Amino acid sequence: MKRLAPGTLPVFAVLAILLVALAFAGPAYEHPQGYIALLKRAAPLMILALGQYFVIVTGGFDLSVGSLVTAEVVIAARLLDGNEDRTWPVLLLLIGFGALVGLVNGLISTVLEVPSFITTLGMLLILEGAVFLWTDGAPRGALTESFRQWGRMGFEDVPWIGQLPYSVLILLALGTAAALFMRTGMGRLVLAVGDNDTSVRLAGGRVRTIRTLAFVVSGISAAVAAILLGGFSGVSAQVGGGLEFEAITAVVLGGVALGGGRGSVVAAMAGALTLKALFSLLNLLGISGALESTVQGVIIVAAVAYAAADTGWRDRVLRSKARSTAQPGPPAPDVVTTS
Amino acid sequence: MKRTWQVVTAATALVLAATACSSDNPSDTGSDDDSGDTGSHSDFYDKAELDRQLGFRTATAEGPADQPWEQMLSPEMVDTAKFKKEGPYKLCFSNAAVNNPWRQVGFKTMQAEVDLHDEISDFKVLDAEGEDDKQISDIQSLASENCSAIIVSPNTTSTLTPAVDGACKTGVPVIVFDRGVTTDCPVTFIHPIGGYAFGADGAEFLVDEVDGGGKVLALRILPGVDVLETRWSAAKDIFDDSDLDVVGVEFTDGDAAKTKTIVDDYIQREGQIDGIWMDAGATAVAAIEAFEDAGVDVPPIVGEDQQDFLTKWQEDGLTAISPTYPTYQWRTPVIAALRILNGEQVPKEWVLPQPTITSDNLGEYVNTDMPPLHYAMCGCEELPEYPDAWK
Amino acid sequence: MTALDASTATAVPRRKLQMPGSTATVYLALGLTLVVGSLLVAERGGTLLDQPGITKILTLCTALGLVAIGQTIAIVAGSLDLSVAHLIGLTSLVTAEVMAGQNGRIVLAVAAALGVAALVGAVNGLVVTKLKVNPFIATLGMALVLQGVLEHRYTGPAGETTRDFQRLGYDRVGPVPVSFLVMLGVAALAWWLLARTRTGHHIYAVGGDAEIARVSGVRVSRTVITAHVLCALAAGATGIFLASRLGAGAPYVGTDASYDLQSIAAVVLGGALLAGGRGGVIGTIGGVMLLACLDTTFDDLGVDPFLKDVVRGSVIIVAVALYARRKPGGRT
Repeated sequence: MKRLAPGTLPVFAVLAILLVALAFAGPAYEHPQGYIALLKRAAPLMILALGQYFVIVTGGFDLSVGSLVTAEVVIAARLLDGNEDRTWPVLLLLIGFGALVGLVNGLISTVLEVPSFITTLGMLLILEGAVFLWTDGAPRGALTESFRQWGRMGFEDVPWIGQLPYSVLILLALGTAAALFMRTGMGRLVLAVGDNDTSVRLAGGRVRTIRTLAFVVSGISAAVAAILLGGFSGVSAQVGGGLEFEAITAVVLGGVALGGGRGSVVAAMAGALTLKALFSLLNLLGISGALESTVQGVIIVAAVAYAAADTGWRDRVLRSKARSTAQPGPPAPDVVTTS
Repeated sequence: MKRTWQVVTAATALVLAATACSSDNPSDTGSDDDSGDTGSHSDFYDKAELDRQLGFRTATAEGPADQPWEQMLSPEMVDTAKFKKEGPYKLCFSNAAVNNPWRQVGFKTMQAEVDLHDEISDFKVLDAEGEDDKQISDIQSLASENCSAIIVSPNTTSTLTPAVDGACKTGVPVIVFDRGVTTDCPVTFIHPIGGYAFGADGAEFLVDEVDGGGKVLALRILPGVDVLETRWSAAKDIFDDSDLDVVGVEFTDGDAAKTKTIVDDYIQREGQIDGIWMDAGATAVAAIEAFEDAGVDVPPIVGEDQQDFLTKWQEDGLTAISPTYPTYQWRTPVIAALRILNGEQVPKEWVLPQPTITSDNLGEYVNTDMPPLHYAMCGCEELPEYPDAWK
Repeated sequence: MTALDASTATAVPRRKLQMPGSTATVYLALGLTLVVGSLLVAERGGTLLDQPGITKILTLCTALGLVAIGQTIAIVAGSLDLSVAHLIGLTSLVTAEVMAGQNGRIVLAVAAALGVAALVGAVNGLVVTKLKVNPFIATLGMALVLQGVLEHRYTGPAGETTRDFQRLGYDRVGPVPVSFLVMLGVAALAWWLLARTRTGHHIYAVGGDAEIARVSGVRVSRTVITAHVLCALAAGATGIFLASRLGAGAPYVGTDASYDLQSIAAVVLGGALLAGGRGGVIGTIGGVMLLACLDTTFDDLGVDPFLKDVVRGSVIIVAVALYARRKPGGRT
């Protein structure tokens, strides 16, 4: 880690503190197994954060991932219906469906110029309605063992750590790929789209294509998260509830600026792990139940305030200038607000 | 330094805002006193009602034993001659929502019951999609629709009172079931014994099955829902009087992944968990899997009558119990409506029996052909549409 | 001050170009829905727009309308408020608990609810402006804080509003509910504020471009805080109205109806630009009525509630796509 992206230091610091605190809070974290178990539980949210990162960094939002996760799990259960030999085709189909939803989100947001907040809010309603329309209101069918193993099982008897969950390996693979990608020229272009789309367009970059692909990545990551979540805990109609806000929170906690242009994908995933570590710590300390959400709310606001106090104003001034010089073109359609 | 202070100020301001909101309410009964291991009772705690429900559990119900949806516990019959009317009938139903498997199974059962009766020519359903305000509008519009009878399944206890009062005034018989309203204008209020009995069934089972001093984890769906609060109240009383150690009371949001995580955390934190109590069984299988994945034996557990749990219970030979909140209660309002329109007497409060599934009668309820989230206590097996309509 | 005039001068003509387009579209869609809906319902032997039908549509508009009026102000100012749903639950409880079934306490109860709402709005505004927290996160954080308070303190419906107070929620003039007229009154007030007062001009200016507004001498922070307080007050009014409908306060009354996302949907359906600076109360009310008409028509047709979600989602996307086509200077 030669150089941290600006604004990402706090999340790694907080994460380190939380991880150390966990070791003192409970016997579970005296052994590496405890941390591996934490990583296994955090993997779906971290993968969602990865997808959400690409959307947010290119200046958008994806509110549809929560209901996409629910839809994927319900679809999987109905199509599998307990037949082991359907597992692989269904897995491929789920990934394809995630990509398709992302593509539709992306095309509507870019070609039709609907703000992505609205596109994905609409998609949230459509997916939620359509999937239960299809299954008559409640999930049916059953997942297979070979489907569930990805979120539930792992390599056993690994020295030192015991079980090495498949989900952690999948997470590491996707995380590494994303981090490497962001170091390529393409990756820098992605950041540039969120930072100042006009200059990218002037420089010949295909802004719409990049934005659309960001949604496709988010859709696929939701599909992977759904496969892991469905595997971890089985069929449920609530599996994806609220995940969109958790994923966005995680990304923001990772120091990624809403509106795009700044932040690192590793930090975004660290933000997701921080959230999960925080929940575990609150639980171990016995501060749980009803006030948990209050604590969560205060921490999120405080974290963003901390990051914003430093870079926020200067950044806003710069962006605002960039935008006013780009008149009479329209403002970046996906920026919810700059006030 | 400056920004640190800003953040501290912000956090303080938010917390202050939260407490400031709280202090505006004079009727605070101090429900946040957590001195005991399981905390204090909620505002809804009603000792008399609790004792009444516990009594109902052993009482003998009147009516056909093989059709519990037509049975009633200590009924006080009321005269309905003034509602007598010639058919065909238009039944109207204001439904709170169909947003969970319990309501799905129940609503399908109700539709099948309606199909049994040729004298019902029209069955109009308005779905409030879980919104109190919309349900009030729904009831108001049904009240002006020439319905022969209006059935209401309230979204929230007591908040539909003014709307139900308005509907009663039109002279149409009103039937309320599941959750109640705080007015006695409906002709009948139909419900199974209730949440106290549900909670007590599970807690008593754990007291019997878990050794003294054993660690029990209580899993609740979410706070602030009175029908779930009563379940916990009854269980809490029993646990407090026992020598069991309730190591945690957690909210799962009905989310399987969260349930599994919480149970796993407690297994790690406490070393072992000797019993699981749940206020609803939707995530019971996830709780069981947490023990499996941790490589320890599944302790005695309280679930509900969903097929995934019953199947798991039978296959793995678990020590378990299923209190039920039977979905067959969705048949009763239709039956009640027809009796009322026929001028037959119905009980003012129609209390249905609330069976418990134990290892002795488990075999009668397991049915692997039904979907995993199907509720076994639907009383729907003899209906003509069974099983396809519920699949 | 001349600089300020210049900035509003550039903002206003653009608004005039934009507003009739999207506002006309939403009212056109509303009319079309009513005509098609009436035909479809008539085919099934019913009447969509009989007295109960009209009453129902207008009642369904009231709660969402009140929240959406506030949300319009927040969005026009370039912000948004995701805490309104929880705030509605809280203010419904404050109203009912302070009133405690006594007519003499009605004024106190309403004042307490609005006071709580104003406080929450002020905190939202301060966090957004002084701590520079993105409104999405600031108000999401507030929603979580309020959720904790609701879950910690309440175990279900609480408090009691008096029968006299419940008349606010149930009385009507002919087919028109009194509460709908009250909502229209609030809408008129908000319209006057946005379109005719200096504060309103500032809100549009800040939402259009905060930096230009600042350079032009607008006090950006104060304007955004005002917008948040107004938005929260509207949510407080919704909570008060719902307390009169329910006869009690209920912790989940706001979140069950997802008034947070629903109100944002209604505002953009009404033609407001999510990025701020454009939009208005008239369009928003059109958006709210369109959603209510769709709902009532589907109810009369006995449509599956899950299909309603699909249609709602599609309508929102299609509407905003249409508005985006007409946006002046857009890449069309």
